[in-house]
Amino acid sequence: MLEYVAIALLIALALVVALAAIGLGYLFGPRKQSAVKAQPYESGINPFGEGTRRMPVRFYLIAVLFILFDIEVVFFLPWAIAFRQLGLFGLIEMVLFIVILLVGYIYAWKKGALEWE
Amino acid sequence: MNLTSQDYQVLAPYILLTAWACVLLLVDLFIPKERKSVTALLAALGLAVTLGVTLSQVGIEQVGFFNMAALDGFSTFVNALLLVSGILGIALAHGYVKRMGIERGEYYTLLLFSVSGMMLMAQATDLIIVFIALELLSIPLYVLAAFARPQLSSEEAGMKYFLLGAFATGFVVYGTALVFGATGTTSLAGIVAAAASPSTSTLLLTIGAALVLVGFGFKVAAVPFHMWTPDVYQGAPTAVTAFMASGAKIAGFAALLRVFATAFPALAVDMTAVLWALAALTMIVGNVIAISQTDIKRMLAYSSIAHAGYILMAFVPYGNPAVRDVSIAAGLFYLVAYAFTNFGAWGVVIALEKKEEKGLAIADYAGLGRKHPLLAAAMTVFMLSLVGLPPTLGLVGKVYLFRAVIAGGFTGLAIIGVLTSLISAYYYLRVVVTMYMKEGEPETVRETWLSLTTALTAIVTVVFSLLPQSLFEWASTAVLKLF
Amino acid sequence: MIPVEYYIILSAILFAIGVAGVLVRRNALIIFMSIELMLNSANLAIVAFSSVLKSFSGQVFVFFVIAVAAAEVAVGLALMVEIFKAKHSIDVDQMNSLKG
Repeated sequence: MLEYVAIALLIALALVVALAAIGLGYLFGPRKQSAVKAQPYESGINPFGEGTRRMPVRFYLIAVLFILFDIEVVFFLPWAIAFRQLGLFGLIEMVLFIVILLVGYIYAWKKGALEWE
Repeated sequence: MNLTSQDYQVLAPYILLTAWACVLLLVDLFIPKERKSVTALLAALGLAVTLGVTLSQVGIEQVGFFNMAALDGFSTFVNALLLVSGILGIALAHGYVKRMGIERGEYYTLLLFSVSGMMLMAQATDLIIVFIALELLSIPLYVLAAFARPQLSSEEAGMKYFLLGAFATGFVVYGTALVFGATGTTSLAGIVAAAASPSTSTLLLTIGAALVLVGFGFKVAAVPFHMWTPDVYQGAPTAVTAFMASGAKIAGFAALLRVFATAFPALAVDMTAVLWALAALTMIVGNVIAISQTDIKRMLAYSSIAHAGYILMAFVPYGNPAVRDVSIAAGLFYLVAYAFTNFGAWGVVIALEKKEEKGLAIADYAGLGRKHPLLAAAMTVFMLSLVGLPPTLGLVGKVYLFRAVIAGGFTGLAIIGVLTSLISAYYYLRVVVTMYMKEGEPETVRETWLSLTTALTAIVTVVFSLLPQSLFEWASTAVLKLF
Repeated sequence: MIPVEYYIILSAILFAIGVAGVLVRRNALIIFMSIELMLNSANLAIVAFSSVLKSFSGQVFVFFVIAVAAAEVAVGLALMVEIFKAKHSIDVDQMNSLKG
């Protein structure tokens, strides 16, 4: 239990310092609102249009394909960890798995899901 | 750590069908748009070959893939039925999708994937595999339900099916998690062993089993988890509905059967009461609401809910070893009867359906008896079978079911079954009356495969009812070694 | 070491929030997010159980749940985009073109 006291102290201290910094600035700092200041910050580039504007649906297709192929990586992780114990059997199984993924990839390709225009 | 040829033999039909579907997905890319019949033919061929492999495995009893899948009489029986359903589904769909302008090769590939998921479901002896199979059969069905896009009703049907199906999946997964926590294993055999030991938490196990039951209740459309059924069945393309109504039900009940009968016999005391209530509610609600329907697709949807109730009756005595076998065999027999009748009835609906969802009101069937006597006769057979009147498979199925349920000591449930069947006679026979007694000029389409399917299912429905013994014996031997 | 009960209680709470979300919310996207919450609460429970039971089959199960959830996302979002294109809304209460 005792070892947590230090952590509790640290958290308390961090809270005090953070609140103090914000509070002091709030109390003593000058406050001048202007139109430029109220603008959303976009890495130094002047913002144009709404932040929540619509995206072309094309992005959605790419995103969905990305999710599908990305998530399949979860099966590579356990395979990579047990690679040595599994030996040739594991390798063949993984090749099979990738071939099945490839079927989906070729399908998406041939259907034109990867074309941008 | 290696797989032997025995492992591959266990899942041979499933592997064959999945590989075929993958290849077909690619082959279809090179088939020109106006020749998609080739894809349909190839898909049907794949199902037929798989059916051959399945039938060649009759009598083999094996487990494989580290006890995660089993090949036994039960799986062979169910798989054969599923493959026949798949073939009938393609035969119904082939002309329909062309006529409705939604012919795409993916239809057949998705159907194959769905059938392969259903087959895996019947063979699964591990909750992980049950889950994967459940998703493999469901996800293609969500897409198929929305296949008539951009038609809004079909898209909405797909959306509703998807949301409710995913909701059900959530219950199955959480239930599986709790069962896993209670027993420390996901294998059905391991669960039975763990349930027997006193250190296992019965509370956790019961809650887990109940959640799994809720999930499957959604899948097979049991009341009170049936809300999606009428909308989805109505909105989905009719050929998809026909396949969904039989295939998903067969697979759902197969999994329910395997999971509950083999893994949770220890919970029979609690579960029997729950299943009793589910079965009774499903029969009553399905049949009563069906009365007021004027759309044939919605009526058949409620009829499908009601039949889920009848099949659920077979599960009620599952904790009683004396009648368990005969009761589950009766359930399997009823599934066969329902599958054939169902495909036939939907086939007639497809024959009368026109573009833009016309020709789907029951009133549109007026005059069919005079204009197309054969089609009307077939529809009469299917309606009689759904009520459970002679000379049809539906009657035999109900007799076996009620007999088993009474033998199990649930006379009250059997009485509810008989009474609701009487109610159902009203709305099924109304279709027959409309066909023969009312005047009208119904238009039908003539398609070779559609007519063949309707004729075949009508003949099966009548002929097998005259010699049901062999089919029932097959079902009984299928169940025999399940426990 | 946090007792396993805490994880299970947390997962049960998350599951209940998910179920409530599905039943209460009317936006299809949020309903779907609630369903994902249900799946992930189950994942949490499975991982907690398998760390207590020293069993790997639970962790493998979680991998499958994650992968399958991704497949569901793909199909579900595709359906939502299609419906949104047609109706400019994915409110499930407005999906009423099917009525008997």
